[in-house]
Amino acid sequence: MDITRKLEILADAAKYDASCASSGAARKDSRGSTGVGSTGGSGICHSYTPDGRCVSLLKVLMTNACLYDCHYCINRRSSNVTRARFTPDEVVQLTLDFYKRNYIEGLFLSSGIIRSADHTMELVIEVARKLREEHHFRGYIHLKTIPEASQALIALAGRYADRISINVELPTQQGLNTLAPEKNLARTEEAMGHIREKIDERYAEKRKPVAPKPPPFATGQSTQMLVGADASTDATILGCADKLYTAHRLKRVYYSAFSPIPEPSSILPLKAPPLIREHRLYQADWLLRFYDFKVEEIAHAAAPNLDLALDPKLSWALRNRETFPVDVNKAPREMLLRIPGLGVRNVERIVRARRYTGLRLADLIRLRLQMKKLLPFIVTADHHPARMGLDSDSLRARFLPPPEQLELSFDAPPAPAAGDFLSVRSGEL
Amino acid sequence: MRTIVIEPEYEAWRNAARQLLAQGVKPDEVLWTDDPQEASLFIGEAVGTRKPAAEAIKVSSAFMDMAKSASAHTDAKRWALLYRVLWRLTLGGERHLLSLATDRDVRQIQDWCKAVGRDIHKMHAFVRFRRVSVDAVTGREQFVAWFEPDHRIVRLAAPFFEKRFAGMDWSILTPYQCAHWDGKRLHFTAGVPRSSAPDEDALDDLWRTYYRNIFNPARVKINAMQSEMPKKYWKNLPEAPLIAGLIAESAGRVQGMLGTEERPAKPAPNNAYLKSLHDMNQRTAAKPTEETGPP
Repeated sequence: MDITRKLEILADAAKYDASCASSGAARKDSRGSTGVGSTGGSGICHSYTPDGRCVSLLKVLMTNACLYDCHYCINRRSSNVTRARFTPDEVVQLTLDFYKRNYIEGLFLSSGIIRSADHTMELVIEVARKLREEHHFRGYIHLKTIPEASQALIALAGRYADRISINVELPTQQGLNTLAPEKNLARTEEAMGHIREKIDERYAEKRKPVAPKPPPFATGQSTQMLVGADASTDATILGCADKLYTAHRLKRVYYSAFSPIPEPSSILPLKAPPLIREHRLYQADWLLRFYDFKVEEIAHAAAPNLDLALDPKLSWALRNRETFPVDVNKAPREMLLRIPGLGVRNVERIVRARRYTGLRLADLIRLRLQMKKLLPFIVTADHHPARMGLDSDSLRARFLPPPEQLELSFDAPPAPAAGDFLSVRSGEL
Repeated sequence: MRTIVIEPEYEAWRNAARQLLAQGVKPDEVLWTDDPQEASLFIGEAVGTRKPAAEAIKVSSAFMDMAKSASAHTDAKRWALLYRVLWRLTLGGERHLLSLATDRDVRQIQDWCKAVGRDIHKMHAFVRFRRVSVDAVTGREQFVAWFEPDHRIVRLAAPFFEKRFAGMDWSILTPYQCAHWDGKRLHFTAGVPRSSAPDEDALDDLWRTYYRNIFNPARVKINAMQSEMPKKYWKNLPEAPLIAGLIAESAGRVQGMLGTEERPAKPAPNNAYLKSLHDMNQRTAAKPTEETGPP
């Protein structure tokens, strides 16, 4: 099998992993070396495919042969897909050749599981080792790890990689038992805990310059959850994400709406969830991480799924009308963050500006805020929304989009990496 | 009223602005131009040769960084507006001016900075190097790229390429300025026409193979793609000619998936590792595990 055919198969096999970030790595570059590569600062999306996803890394599998039988996955052992396998040197050469042409800014390497977790990890690590040690490659490397792999191998993977990840795939063990019988949530979380300890050591060392230096390790870990493959509600999904963010300090949780694959399973018939659900989950995730919302405020037992028609912040505001209107000249920062239509960056602008001037509507218009969305919820020196308007049931109706266009703009998060941001743009139908 | 003629570079504006400020010249007493043709219509006043006043007026480095970035924009009004904001920040007594994102002048400069920043980011993303040769003496690979930026950003964007591609020789050619790296020194030359750069690279076909296969036809979102990769960049991207075809065939490919007969689950192969996993799973299933949903 020639390299072109292998690339076709092993890129196709890797495309269901939504992660594409290449930001948040330690600063390093190729100056003074014979190699190429640099990391640090915000990630760069080198291209975009017509699915709206960015291409920042060469995302391939080492092999798509797999012992596991995860029914949402095209590479499961029950699938009849054509199998292929790269040699480590082939992946190394592809990465360097693509990198030197500025097609990509690094490698995202994963693999189907063959023989055992340790054997598979060794293959993946060998590629990273060659890139780093033999070719002095300083570009971004993201390695997928296997929870059951030995601690020593995970430490080695983290030594070469900028980011490592383990996919939880589904937020409950019941879901995994049905759809991914080899996977175990408790073991995944245990492995994430160990990775967190290693990442923490790396950062602790920076604060204590006299302590012995721990071995280098990746700067972050991330994961992915499938949406719509099992019956999990948004409350369950967000609860799981929140737990991973707090307990294991993940950099990102990616949500991937289950989409049809060419090798459907009899256990998981194809029924793709609306992509807007994935978009709403990303918006809710942003509220958890940057807007100080709690999961129970966004989705809870009584209303476990997000409103598909309205963004979750606006939905929250409509459910909590007694909180509004908020005076933009006086309210604390955390209240400003709760106003629909106001993002983190504009909250900062308002807080700075109001120290010197009383803000009027004209000032907000100059900030190019979404006035129509904002007006019912705010007070300025020259504006007080009619009480009736705020209490009226027609307020929700006013924000419902016409049936044709479900996409609502979402407040920009604080300077996300380009790579991080793109996977969030998924509200389009 | 006086007319100041400068080179279209940040340093030229800074030198002139320093002198004007030292003389207490108000913004509405100056016309700025970086167009020598236009300047000949006026009785131009030479600046830049005199030394700045001994007592330099201080201004925050945040403003100087903004000014440097905004200077790379192509809007002819930038020199005058930068001077006006400099004057307001200093002699005008509005020391807190940069805190006011609601101020028209500040907002305009921020907009220019944003446009320049985006242009630099897109240059970092969409430059495509083509390998032209290997140096017979040093053995270093040599690459050439062509790019058409919207603004005068080559000097601002080049250090990134030096850091990232130190181990190879490269040139980035643009219509107004070119950047070159030979392993030791970054230097700049005048712009060249498109025909000076190579069109293809032997690797482009393999790259297109990757691009075609990493695309998921089941979730087409053309607007999301185009907002980040506008069509104006497509003519210099080797993968862009594939886009129309991928979109056109996507619906048919999804129909094909939906029409495929569902595959039955195959029994587990005889593998020691797999068996140990199933044993482990059974052991953990025996004892109650922590609920993973929200509280």
